[in-house]
Amino acid sequence: MLDTKPAFILKKASLSALVALVLFSLMIGLRTEAGPEGKLIYWTRFGDLATIVAIVFGGSIVIELLRQWIGPVGAAALVPAWLQKLMDFVGRWLGPALLGFAILVPVIFYDQRYILDLAILVLTYVMLGWGLNVVVGLAGLLDLGYVAFYAVGAYSYALLATTFGLSFWICLPLAGILAAFWGVLLGFPVLRLRGDYLAIVTLAFGEIIRLVLINWQDFTGGPNGISGIPRPSFFGIPLTADEDGFAARFGLEFSPTHRVVFLFYVILAMALLTNWVTIRLRRLPIGRAWEALREDEVACRALGINITATKLTAFATGAMFGGFAGAFFATRQGFISPESFTFQESALVLAIVVLGGMGSQLGVALAAVAMIGGFELFRGLDQYRMLVFGFAMVLLMIWRPRGLVGHRAPTVFLKQSRAISSDLVKEGHG
Amino acid sequence: MSGQILAVDRLSMRFGGIVAVNELSFEAERRKITALIGPNGAGKTTVFNCITGFYKPTSGAIHLTHEDGSAFALERLNDFRISKQAKVARTFQNIRLFPGMTALENLMVAQHNALMRASGLTFLGLIGASSWRQAEQRAIDLATVWLKRVGLIDRADDAAGNLPYGDQRRLEIARAMCTEPALLCLDEPAAGLNARESGALSELLLSIRSEHGTSILLIEHDMSVVMEISDHVVVMDYGVKIAEGTPQQVRDDPKVIAAYLGADEQEARAMMETGS
Repeated sequence: MLDTKPAFILKKASLSALVALVLFSLMIGLRTEAGPEGKLIYWTRFGDLATIVAIVFGGSIVIELLRQWIGPVGAAALVPAWLQKLMDFVGRWLGPALLGFAILVPVIFYDQRYILDLAILVLTYVMLGWGLNVVVGLAGLLDLGYVAFYAVGAYSYALLATTFGLSFWICLPLAGILAAFWGVLLGFPVLRLRGDYLAIVTLAFGEIIRLVLINWQDFTGGPNGISGIPRPSFFGIPLTADEDGFAARFGLEFSPTHRVVFLFYVILAMALLTNWVTIRLRRLPIGRAWEALREDEVACRALGINITATKLTAFATGAMFGGFAGAFFATRQGFISPESFTFQESALVLAIVVLGGMGSQLGVALAAVAMIGGFELFRGLDQYRMLVFGFAMVLLMIWRPRGLVGHRAPTVFLKQSRAISSDLVKEGHG
Repeated sequence: MSGQILAVDRLSMRFGGIVAVNELSFEAERRKITALIGPNGAGKTTVFNCITGFYKPTSGAIHLTHEDGSAFALERLNDFRISKQAKVARTFQNIRLFPGMTALENLMVAQHNALMRASGLTFLGLIGASSWRQAEQRAIDLATVWLKRVGLIDRADDAAGNLPYGDQRRLEIARAMCTEPALLCLDEPAAGLNARESGALSELLLSIRSEHGTSILLIEHDMSVVMEISDHVVVMDYGVKIAEGTPQQVRDDPKVIAAYLGADEQEARAMMETGS
């Protein structure tokens, strides 16, 4: 149980202030500079030092109070009943409300191209996050090379469309299948690896794919990438200003926004499909086997579960969703190059999954909105953007160490479905 | 039909230079409870790990015969196939439940192979076919039966990691039974239980034997449990079998007493004769 006494909080704050005093007394309290004659001169800035220490002291009290309010398990008693009720209410309706809002985004922001583009980007990451969630959140396999499947999907679509002239809707499943195939290929060598070793090999796999894309010039176009990737059509009707285009056919005035709105609904539908399949899979034996694998691999073997097949299906399913997202990315951009598939992307998607609360669908969606949208939100802060963003992340991880949604919902229940605290849920080890 | 379910033939297991099990042979009768006892480090758990496929024995054979006559060479089967095909289930000395899943979910995972078939390798389940939904309901029913048997029906929707220690032990046995095994291997099921709980455990094991016809192989240190429920006892020390027989025979065997007391055989014999 957390100590709630003011004395405890004051003691903690004093300690923090003391540390700050020691740390900053030299860094801020004393200022040295080379004088005009090359001699070192120094002067004191005790006023600034006192301000910093006071901020640390006050901030520490605030953080401690907040921590005990929204804090870890066991702190619920501190939250007043009405607030708890409100939070339960919000928790129940947040998912449907978000979905409703997502559907209405193109209506509300029809004239704001920037917001529509941002929404498409966010949804792409939501989909990637949900895909990686299968591998990391459910099966507990730490995959640092997820971007490889994104790249496979994107290049599959780009090459199939530019070489054979296949349409987006035919290429989409093909891209998914190819990515799943590569998922299985990656799965085989790493079956026996666990934890850090698995992470390093998947990281290397992501890099290998990227390097192949750069160096296999005559196939992938190398660093120049592939341009002129066909845009998706509205079920056969191109979204252009031509006579047989979408606008002309439906008697509308042509607007480039039509395509953006269409793309928005395509990625929304794809993301929702990912979500639906994942939720469904969790309730099937394969999904339960993934979660059991994350909890205890040895026990799974004793229960007759084929570990190899279970891990490979997890890799393949996650990769498939990544491939779909990649194909969408290619058709939206119209141009792809290996630069879009760096480790940075893998790290970002993994951060979304971890921040969301591993295994939680709603959490991942919230985290994608926070990471991608939040990052854009701080754009006005110029050079402090990264700093503020990083600080926000650190704070979030202090209050919610197990992610935004810190509990697991059971897949089956007899009388009442009770959320399981994430303290009990394992992160998986391989 | 009775006869043997398990025949261990000259089983040896070496780890580098250490011989954990040396030319061990014993048999387990069908629908009987066979106990494997011995001092710490005697190699009991190693034998278990060989039988359940977690170790590959250095030499020797382990034969398992089902009631319908189908036979399996366990030393050659892959670990998960031992549970899936040969129908050998096991529990662990240090409990290995899925702590973040509910008690019911734990029992559902145990029925993975049956459910996998019923869900048409996931595809039928994905479209929500009625055959799959019926199969799932049957699986829930079986899990419910076992939750009732081990007295955990009220805690079905609680996380397994939140259950008290004794409940976790019983849940692990229920989970093993949900795989519908022919042979149930229990590694120290009474460890850490109080007298009342181990009494209940004995009853549970006896009822599993008589009502389900499941044969049980048991490692146990709690002699009250071993003596009460075992039909046959095999005693190991330093990787070899030193005695076997009924609980009564084993209890009176000087070699066994010597092994447990750490004395040599002569001393034990002398002690027994003087009646101390």
